[in-house]
Amino acid sequence: MCHKIRHPRYWLILPFKMAGLEIISDQGYRIDGRRSSELRKVCARMGVFTQADGSAYIEQGNTKALATVYGPHEVRKGRGKIQHDRAVVNCQFSMATFSTGERKSRPKGDRRSQEMSMHLRQTFEAVIVTELFPRSQIDIYVQILQADGGNYCACVNAATLAVIDAGIPMKDYVCACTAGFIQDSPLLDISYVEESAGAPFLTVAMMPKSEQIVLLEMNSRLHADNMEKVLDLATQGCKDVFAVLDRHVRDHVSESHALMTAS
Amino acid sequence: MKEVPISTCEREFILKAIRDRKRIDGRQTYDYRRLKVSFGMERGCCIVELGDTKVLAQVSGKIEEPKKNRPTEGSIIINLELSPMASPAFEPGRPTESGIEMNRILERNIRDSRAVDTESLCIVAGEKVWSIRADVHVLNDEGNIMDAASIAAITALAHFRRPDVTVMGEEVTIHSPEDRDPVPLSVHHMPVCVTFAFFDQGEFLLVDPNRLEERVMDGRMVVGMNMHREICTLMMSGGMLLVKEQVLRCSQIATVKVAEIIELIQKALDKDAQARQAGDKCGFAESVPANKITTNKKEPTLIDTTAAAQQASQVIQEAGPVDKPMSNMIVQAPGTVQIGEGLVNTWQVDDEDMESEEEEESRKKSVTNGREAVATSKPTERKRPVKAGEGIVSHADDSGSEEEEKVMLYQGDAEMKSTEDSTALQQPSNSDKPAKKKGKKKKAAQK
Repeated sequence: MCHKIRHPRYWLILPFKMAGLEIISDQGYRIDGRRSSELRKVCARMGVFTQADGSAYIEQGNTKALATVYGPHEVRKGRGKIQHDRAVVNCQFSMATFSTGERKSRPKGDRRSQEMSMHLRQTFEAVIVTELFPRSQIDIYVQILQADGGNYCACVNAATLAVIDAGIPMKDYVCACTAGFIQDSPLLDISYVEESAGAPFLTVAMMPKSEQIVLLEMNSRLHADNMEKVLDLATQGCKDVFAVLDRHVRDHVSESHALMTAS
Repeated sequence: MKEVPISTCEREFILKAIRDRKRIDGRQTYDYRRLKVSFGMERGCCIVELGDTKVLAQVSGKIEEPKKNRPTEGSIIINLELSPMASPAFEPGRPTESGIEMNRILERNIRDSRAVDTESLCIVAGEKVWSIRADVHVLNDEGNIMDAASIAAITALAHFRRPDVTVMGEEVTIHSPEDRDPVPLSVHHMPVCVTFAFFDQGEFLLVDPNRLEERVMDGRMVVGMNMHREICTLMMSGGMLLVKEQVLRCSQIATVKVAEIIELIQKALDKDAQARQAGDKCGFAESVPANKITTNKKEPTLIDTTAAAQQASQVIQEAGPVDKPMSNMIVQAPGTVQIGEGLVNTWQVDDEDMESEEEEESRKKSVTNGREAVATSKPTERKRPVKAGEGIVSHADDSGSEEEEKVMLYQGDAEMKSTEDSTALQQPSNSDKPAKKKGKKKKAAQK
């Protein structure tokens, strides 16, 4: 019943209820057929590249992200960055030019990408046990291949898998999810159409077991009273993402183990 | 220029004070510094002073072609400049990461929350729209640029007047200010940012951190809110881990703070409007009354001392009974009396100490003072009476040649004192020197 949505880049600002286009239908279904507290389908693959120390590919609905991790290795550029007691985490975020409806002229280097890179770096600096690797550097490169809302979340989830694939110890998984608020009801995992409708949405990156929030970002206007509901829903979403990722990691490890012991 | 790293003892001092619920500038945890909003001669020019942090915002408008996918909307651009004028840590040219982050927060706060109506900026759909640009320059960085910048930006946008435009069929006329009064922008709401600084992994939080507190903090959270209690932007990052309750508490605190700030902004705007209408002189020169812009004037921070006297008397009452000070007077010479003894010189080398200790102990045992003075501790270990919060300690210098007695309200030390005295009496050799010195001085003075 889900039909493919064309990228609405050339549409104007959508009011919440436009002729034929409702964010939530009367029966409670969203544009892509989900209910308000359903995540999009998550497909993940670890160990995509052989060259990198760790790599992962994740698809959340139509959003596709690729992450590669190199490290820990010696600090190459800039002796000044060396920290005597911990590793330096270096993140780079870029969006492929073909990732959005209209061709993106600047894949990296514009403000939005720099902000995203910085947020990714802060997120992973907080979670990776950097004290184990003094005077070294860990590189995380994330690329968005198709953007359909929740770009930052897909990046964080992909990077988590890639770091696990690289064997770098972390305090816990970092899972990210968006939650929005439209027509008095909180929605989970906002897609691009819902984002451009101007509704407020909250992006949360958290460690699912301890429920500690690593990064919190909110756009547009949300009334303070609704804040708790949206935050709770986002927390739940992160836990669901964690369940999917964890199962995938365990499957991957048991497969690899089986392959290695078989031969 | 790289910023001078903060010294460990300074960092420890600030953190310790925060753990004791004190701030180094005397504010309470949720207090803002003195906030002053003033306007320049031009419409759309606003200076905000938050304590010593000074930020200037200027709004300007230009007519441009609209974006392809938004033909009926104008655009709002917010640009934050961190110039080296504000702090030697800022470098000219490319903005630093923190600069970009602050810029993005400002943009999201004002533009993405639709504080200013962009549809009203349209002149001819698809061809001409207004492009409003707010340039925010930081003039002095004494902490918490974010809040000051957000206040400056939205106030300047509210203060700005754009030229009136009439469209007659195909003709577009832009009226000069003399022709027709300029028209204000339609500002739907005023979103203001409140910055929270966290310490000790989220255990302590402060509002409006100053520069030193910013250097020492673990992480920060910025909450942008408007009068209607709508959160316009929220940003928590910096490698800190928080729980949901902390986030919600911060938003509650922000509600209160934002209401106060917006009230102040409204007052300032009204005052300026009145002044302009009445034809009074307006602008920076007027808003800086007695201060010269070139001189640096520090406003004293008011500290509430009304309860201090009461607290002090309470403390004195609660403290235990004062031990009567020993008054052993030794008459050195007519007109010169020595009361008490100076402390043992602790600068001696170890073996000398050992010898003197042995001598002392033997002497103590042979003396019958009628007091049960047990020499339990070495004389070198004089405990300085620590301010345990229950007693007031007053003692003059700590120098070795001190003669005054310590008046202590600390029970533990009362015993110590008695031992001190007994040992002191038995050590005329050690204390003779300082005593003699004093004696000599006094004799000299007398002569």
